[in-house]
Amino acid sequence: MRVLSLGRWLRAGRVPPRGRVRLNSGHRHSGHRPQAPPQGPAQVPPRKVSVEVLDHLEHLALVDFRDSEGVERLQKAIQFADQLHEVNTDGVEPMDSVLEDRCLYLREDDVTEGNCTKELLENARETVEEYFVAPPGNIPLLKLEEQNTYLQGSK
Amino acid sequence: MRIAIGPSGSRAPQRSAPAPPAANGLPPSWPPCQWRRAVLRQDGGARPPRRRKGRGLSAGVRWRRRRRAGRTMLRASLRQVSAALKEGRVTPTELCQRCLALIKSTKFLNAYITVTEETALKQAEESEERYKRGQPLGILDGIPIAVKDNFNTAGIETTCASNMLKGYISPYNATVVQKLLDQGAVLLGKTNLDEFAMGSGSTDGVFGPVRNPWSYSKQYKEKSIPKSHSEDKEPDWVISGGSSGGSAAAVSSFTCFAALGSDTGGSTRNPAAHCGVVGLKPTYGLISRHGLIPLVNSMDVPGILTRCVDDAAVLLGSLAGHDPKDSTTIQDDFKPFELPNLTDVSKLSIGIPKEYHAPGLSSEILAFWSKAADLFKNAGAKVVEVSLPHTRYSIVCYHVLCTAEVASNMARFDGLEYGHRSDVKDSTESMYAATRREGFNDVVRGRILSGNYFLLKQNYEKYFVKAQKVRRLIASDFGKVFRSGVDILLTPTTLSDAAPYTEFIQEDNRTRSAQDDILTQAANMAGLPAINVPTALSERGLPVGLQFIGRSFQEKQLLTVAKWFEKQVQFPVIQLEEVKRHDSGVFQQQKSASFS
Repeated sequence: MRVLSLGRWLRAGRVPPRGRVRLNSGHRHSGHRPQAPPQGPAQVPPRKVSVEVLDHLEHLALVDFRDSEGVERLQKAIQFADQLHEVNTDGVEPMDSVLEDRCLYLREDDVTEGNCTKELLENARETVEEYFVAPPGNIPLLKLEEQNTYLQGSK
Repeated sequence: MRIAIGPSGSRAPQRSAPAPPAANGLPPSWPPCQWRRAVLRQDGGARPPRRRKGRGLSAGVRWRRRRRAGRTMLRASLRQVSAALKEGRVTPTELCQRCLALIKSTKFLNAYITVTEETALKQAEESEERYKRGQPLGILDGIPIAVKDNFNTAGIETTCASNMLKGYISPYNATVVQKLLDQGAVLLGKTNLDEFAMGSGSTDGVFGPVRNPWSYSKQYKEKSIPKSHSEDKEPDWVISGGSSGGSAAAVSSFTCFAALGSDTGGSTRNPAAHCGVVGLKPTYGLISRHGLIPLVNSMDVPGILTRCVDDAAVLLGSLAGHDPKDSTTIQDDFKPFELPNLTDVSKLSIGIPKEYHAPGLSSEILAFWSKAADLFKNAGAKVVEVSLPHTRYSIVCYHVLCTAEVASNMARFDGLEYGHRSDVKDSTESMYAATRREGFNDVVRGRILSGNYFLLKQNYEKYFVKAQKVRRLIASDFGKVFRSGVDILLTPTTLSDAAPYTEFIQEDNRTRSAQDDILTQAANMAGLPAINVPTALSERGLPVGLQFIGRSFQEKQLLTVAKWFEKQVQFPVIQLEEVKRHDSGVFQQQKSASFS
């Protein structure tokens, strides 16, 4: 099957003439063929994120970046997300859910299930009687200067 | 003197016999079933076997037919096998045993994380009792099914392919799993996936990557260039797509008749396209998400993977409907439907969104897409080109919303009530941090951190709210197109056929997801139903699928059109050769499936 006729479409930026178009089999078909792909979104230069923000993120999320790859991943993600700013959203309301036109189902405030303490405690590693056991709270995570992590090394 | 002759081979004669006549020596007017048991006469001719009077088939013949039926039953569709179970041509226990044996012999695909052998056999026996009494629970009674490992299943390990939940035994069944079990389905096991369903290749789970069964098919091997002449060379296997790769591989390799997946950005349709099976993403709000470990609450839906469109309709009928435990399910009554055999498509209007000709779309898939449009056109349907102008921003929008919701959803994994717990005891926060550091892989941690960045006070309006606004624009694009009279949209599902694993892992997870989800996730943004229908084989002998997107809650129309298309294209059946050799030591981090 000849693909030569489609070749000119596949070159970026070229829009084929409207109406009847030639298909690869050589027969003339009337129909709508997908046109050449549009130009990709403009490349925004990557933005560096400060160490303070990275540290703040680690505290909020309670996961660490571990190495430079982790930080690069974040920077690439931000660069990718910056493309959103090209879209004009004036006067557009944010959308939380596709079912926003419907009433959310709320059931009656009656207790229908429970008494499953034993099953729930089975999955926890440390329990005492009917309590989950946690280490002492109200102790904040070590500050950046006191840590021995990648971010401390990169400061 | 009897000699059985025929196309399937001959049995050894009981006494020495004259040489058989040329070809099969039988008159050409005999039907093939008679050839097998023809009786040779002394003059070299043959006569058909005399019918036994009285009891019909002998026990031996019945047993052999059931064995043969058991072997071919695995390739049948769900409805065919359900009919066979009802008629007694095969029993649920035999079917279950055959599936379990096939799972064992296809272990190298790594499609299953947990195989629940004992539970499955017990369920099959109970089903057999019901069939004997003549009281099956429904069409799904006795049918072997697999479930993706991010659905909670009571008493069975649910890991989400993550260290965080290794060893976690759920105390309850997800609603969809409970519905399947209530109808008598036999749960064979939990299938492999990307960790927490984040990924588009099923390569990032802790139990190793899932191999596409088509890598071992005759069709692929004939087309692939041999690297060397050595017999020991491992074929260059291709990925199964993700993140429900295990479910798709399980259905494609005939180990089960249907499987549940989840679809957040294309995670059911992408592996369905790569593995040559039907992958249905229902409308958001139709099927309950209770018990599905959430990734993105506003876009997740349970997905259905089957061998044909009719089976997908059957499964949809069993699973859809309001669930009081999931407030995002709609309260409208859902009536299960039987798909009509569409013969006249002249009243149909098919839309071809031009923006789906994305950069990187392979010329093969473009050609198949064009041919499919022609197919509808020649059958009398109205085929129009439509525009969804914000398509190229949908992947960016998805990226922001997904990471933001992931940051929130993954916050529940702190090691206190369930899952992995680290040994650090200094403080609650340090214990949480250590647990999450040990439990999550790079992909998950990367998404959590990105999500938290987008949700920071200084970034909230710029990124998160902006993405929500763009989401509305995307959803209204679809709304405009459907209001203009288009019934169904026809698009490709993937940019190309399945890539070899070694090539796929060259890029990181985020880049791959951004590339592979580009055609599928807009339907998740708008909450629309979509289905992948396997269309044809590529030049490399791998499956390629096309996607149909329908209006909200119009699954019947969508599936009817998909069924018509499926009938027209006649997608070939995979020819899997028996591969006896297991993969040995190439990927050391693989964990073999555990058998309960």
